[in-house]
Amino acid sequence: MKHVIIGAGPSGVVAAEQIRKLNTKASITIIGDEPEAPYSRMAIPYHLIGDIEEKGTHLRHAKGHFKTLNIDVRNARVEAVDSTNKTVSLNNGADVSYDKLLIASGSRPNAPSIPGIDQAGVHSCWTLEDARAIAALAKPGAKVIQIGAGFIACIILEALARRDVDLTVVEMEDRMVPRMMDNVAGNMIQDWCVEKNINVFSNGQVMEIVKVDGDHTFKVKVKTPTGETELDADLVISATGVSPCVDFLADSGIEIDTGIIINKNMETNVPDIYASGDVAQGKDFCTGEYAVQAIQPTATEHGVIVAQNMVGRKGAECGGTINMNVLDTMGLISCSFGLWQGVEGGESSTLVEKDKWRYINLQFEDDVLVGGTAIGMTQHIGVMRGLIQSETSLGKWKDRLLENPLQIMDAYLASTHTAAIR
Amino acid sequence: MSWTKKVLRINLTKGTCKSEPLNMEWAEQFLGQRGLATKYLTEEVPPKTDPLSPENTMYLITGPLTGTMASTAGRYSVVTKSPLTGVIACSNSGGFFGNEMKCAGWDMVILEGKAKSPVYIHIDDDDAQILPADEIWGKSVWEADEWLHAKHQDPQLRVAAVGVSAEKGVLYAGIINDLHRAAGRSGVGTVMASKNVKAVTIRGSKGVSVDDPKAFFEATTAAKKILAENPVTGEGLPALGTQVLMNVINETGAMPTHNWKHSVFEGASKISGEAMLEARDTDGKPNLTRNAGCFACTISCGRISTINPEHFSVQNKDDLHKSYAGNSGGLEYEAAWALGSDTGIDDLDALTYAQFVCNEQGIDPISLGSTIAAAMEMFEEGFITTKDTDGIDLKFGNAEALVKCTELVGKGEGFGAELGQGSAKFCAKHGHPELSMTVRGQEFPAYDPRGIQGMGLGYATSNRGACHLRGYTVASEVLGIPIKTDPLETEGKAGLQIAFQNATAAFDSAGICIFTSFAWSLEDVAPQLNAACEGEWTVERLGEIGERIWNLERLYNEAAGFGGASDTLPPRLLKEGATSGPAEGKVSGLATMLPEYYAERGWAKDGSVTKETKARLGL
Amino acid sequence: MQMSLVIDANKCTGCLQCEMACSYEGEGVFNPTKSRIKIFPFHDEGIFVPYTCTQCDEAWCMHACPVEAIVINKATGAKEIVNDLCVGCKVCTIACPFGTVNYNADSGKVIKCDLCGGDPECAKACPTDAITYQDANWTGYDKMKDYAAKAVPAS
Repeated sequence: MKHVIIGAGPSGVVAAEQIRKLNTKASITIIGDEPEAPYSRMAIPYHLIGDIEEKGTHLRHAKGHFKTLNIDVRNARVEAVDSTNKTVSLNNGADVSYDKLLIASGSRPNAPSIPGIDQAGVHSCWTLEDARAIAALAKPGAKVIQIGAGFIACIILEALARRDVDLTVVEMEDRMVPRMMDNVAGNMIQDWCVEKNINVFSNGQVMEIVKVDGDHTFKVKVKTPTGETELDADLVISATGVSPCVDFLADSGIEIDTGIIINKNMETNVPDIYASGDVAQGKDFCTGEYAVQAIQPTATEHGVIVAQNMVGRKGAECGGTINMNVLDTMGLISCSFGLWQGVEGGESSTLVEKDKWRYINLQFEDDVLVGGTAIGMTQHIGVMRGLIQSETSLGKWKDRLLENPLQIMDAYLASTHTAAIR
Repeated sequence: MSWTKKVLRINLTKGTCKSEPLNMEWAEQFLGQRGLATKYLTEEVPPKTDPLSPENTMYLITGPLTGTMASTAGRYSVVTKSPLTGVIACSNSGGFFGNEMKCAGWDMVILEGKAKSPVYIHIDDDDAQILPADEIWGKSVWEADEWLHAKHQDPQLRVAAVGVSAEKGVLYAGIINDLHRAAGRSGVGTVMASKNVKAVTIRGSKGVSVDDPKAFFEATTAAKKILAENPVTGEGLPALGTQVLMNVINETGAMPTHNWKHSVFEGASKISGEAMLEARDTDGKPNLTRNAGCFACTISCGRISTINPEHFSVQNKDDLHKSYAGNSGGLEYEAAWALGSDTGIDDLDALTYAQFVCNEQGIDPISLGSTIAAAMEMFEEGFITTKDTDGIDLKFGNAEALVKCTELVGKGEGFGAELGQGSAKFCAKHGHPELSMTVRGQEFPAYDPRGIQGMGLGYATSNRGACHLRGYTVASEVLGIPIKTDPLETEGKAGLQIAFQNATAAFDSAGICIFTSFAWSLEDVAPQLNAACEGEWTVERLGEIGERIWNLERLYNEAAGFGGASDTLPPRLLKEGATSGPAEGKVSGLATMLPEYYAERGWAKDGSVTKETKARLGL
Repeated sequence: MQMSLVIDANKCTGCLQCEMACSYEGEGVFNPTKSRIKIFPFHDEGIFVPYTCTQCDEAWCMHACPVEAIVINKATGAKEIVNDLCVGCKVCTIACPFGTVNYNADSGKVIKCDLCGGDPECAKACPTDAITYQDANWTGYDKMKDYAAKAVPAS
């Protein structure tokens, strides 16, 4: 049995390892289009900070890890998938045949249609290559403009701030991290950034990036609610979200919506072709709908389950993954889980302590936790996931949580572990 | 290491919080906690200071072992000048407050002066603030605790607070931490309230280090093993709590009953530790839910109890805190005898209720029970009537009277305000000072010295007024620790009491619980201290420190006007023989023991500390 | 033979010896706030609940780690943090549905129970056997695993 995996990110690598675990004889090939060893984008900010060397971003560290597992890792770009002949064609002219194909091609940064976005000195922060370019330009005192204040944008803030650059963030929406944080939380993060001497323009839009001669490389035109302004910049970072890498599948017959549509067994509409991770539109546990979740935990959970399906194990269904994120914005730690925006007819419980940079919001449907947001909390936060995913009936503890959402851990223990306090 | 070497000095008059270095020269001489704070007090507060004036200062202090893994090492003490006795007050408490103070980086918190309006002190590691407490002034400890936790939104915030009794000037109000652990005796809570301080809240995240971790682990592990294998600390106390003593002491004929008219209580078994294990008819639950430990305690004598939901004390009371319907800190032996046998009440639920009220309002149940018992005797003798008692039928054995009196003292209202002055003042006011069972104004604990002779000498000489925790010769005279002596005999008791007093002062100053001394001697404490602290800490050195502390306390009390002349017992114990039991016909042999005690202490015949003794101890 | 920590809340007296033992082993200081095992008191109910990682088989934290900084100790079965590799991204802290992996801002890395390499200090320090380290086959380990399975479907 020949397993071919497109993409050398976490989902593809976990899937490959799991297939090996389940089948010692299968042929496994991973095709990645970056020249590096398989690495994690999650770790790039820590590399930019200087906490880790480049190899610290690698997904696996043991020497010859993939070789030992007899997993063939190839550096090439897949240009097309031919499902009739069961082959994929590579940019180096080679064709690779498969019995089971996993598409785990991940996502790539969106390129906003801004005049001047496509020139040297304007970078995404997505690949190790990008990181190297940013590191080279983000020198102390350099003026840096970052377009976008989403998840990726926020985790690289500290890396940039620590390089002593003069940093401005322009976000189109009304708050920072709008896809992950509610109004209170997003604004709290923004206030935090402003306190750390970062200029933040929310409801702002970059209109044009113009290369100029002089002390700085660019003039950047920014539209804000109060008017237009022009900012100097030596480096512009574009961080306006990501989209699934699906363009090479144009004529493959694989059904694509935002991402690749998969069923509960993680198979696409084309037999023997599966998808996982950022590129897949998999089942969301909370909504029951199929949606793209470009997050690390989903990528690896998909990887585990898709492997079981690819080797033909029965009953290996994906019950749905939970959308969740944890973010460290220059020391302010925030997280959100599930339906953090709440559900119709549900109830919520909130505690805001602006002076302590602490916030927690819990969302309930009946007496079940369905979502949550927290800032400034680092202990036992995973139980929010546990309560959401186990759909635990909280009983009297829901009322206690409505009074005080900080009792989440007590509620968790009482509802799941100790009959006497339930 | 093991001291943080930092003191937080809070001047309430000026509104300042300042950090200062711990006086390590004094720490070398007085170790920590009881001893070290006494040194600070004697240096900083003149002996004649009015205890409730802003000039009095209070010291909340940990010991070098506090906050470590040594068993029971969560203790702190409150040292100040007592409004109940006029001598040194030193009340020791467990729970989780002392370790938190240490974990926040402070050996000691000093409260000086008086705030203009109600405040509480909030300590978060290095940061200390004086914050307004107007909203909780007039509230109980439990209500204040809830408010403070809600305000700071931190479940691990440790709170020590005073109740309404302290605010209203009840002279035996304590400081309650962690809802039901108390620095209970001598009115330390009254002093705190007199400074307009409602509570001290602490959150510590720094941790505590020791000098030689490897040796420390070995020493503390060995010491814990001794506690686990000892019948008292390994079996009796965990199973039955201090209430293990109720039946034992009653059988010894030393159970103070009906204001010490008798020394055997018929109803003892009904209010004993064993009784707390029996399932009730109503809800099928026993009084005791479980035992609980203070910080680091491997004995865990603490009681977590409930009140029978159908008991009269909890019926038809809308203003009762929700905890009366759930679990809270249950009966300890000292509360059980004072609220129970001394008042002739054998209603376990009434006593548990009264204990809860004492916790909620911050009252010392020993002084409370004894004062009520004295009032009951005066009532039965006709010295006071229902006109004096707000209409309460104050007869021995009347549980409803106890419940009512406790509630009134808790709020410092009406007859409760009078009872709140303590039995010495109460009895004197009504013309019968001889009925007050006190020494230096502090009510006795639970051991009739006619049946346990060494304790009589202990009460008479105790530096904080009558007390069992200054020299617990019961251990030897009843339990045979470290050797069995005859409780009815006076011979040798002077030396025994001195040995216990000195050792206890050292235990108290280390940051550990005195209950460890059922199983440990200084031989077991020294290696733990030696590993934890810099320098050499030998048994001999600890013994000398204990003696030094005792003498320093004595000197302060002498200067405050309480010297040898106050080393006495009420006439009842000196003249009226015990009415029944093994000690029948016996009186306290204090007159025989006291001169011997002075001599062995190296004191003059009038009980004053001699120059030679002072010089020997470096005082 | 696989051993595991077995917790019996009914025996816990809330003394925190385990938290001190753990913080000392892990951080070299007696500091409950740095403990990997935590005692949760339920005052009104009169119960103390010790709580730490159950070392679940297909560990959520381990799979979620983007840089292979959580690995299985083959001898003990514990999922251990490799400090040199942990970048502090905290993904494991949200991935663990039991809430037993926590971020330590002082070190910039996460901490979790590692069974002390097979000789857990918490179990040794517990005076009442509320925490014991036992052969996994005859303990409530299966129960915990059942719970893990129930809590998080699939895989």
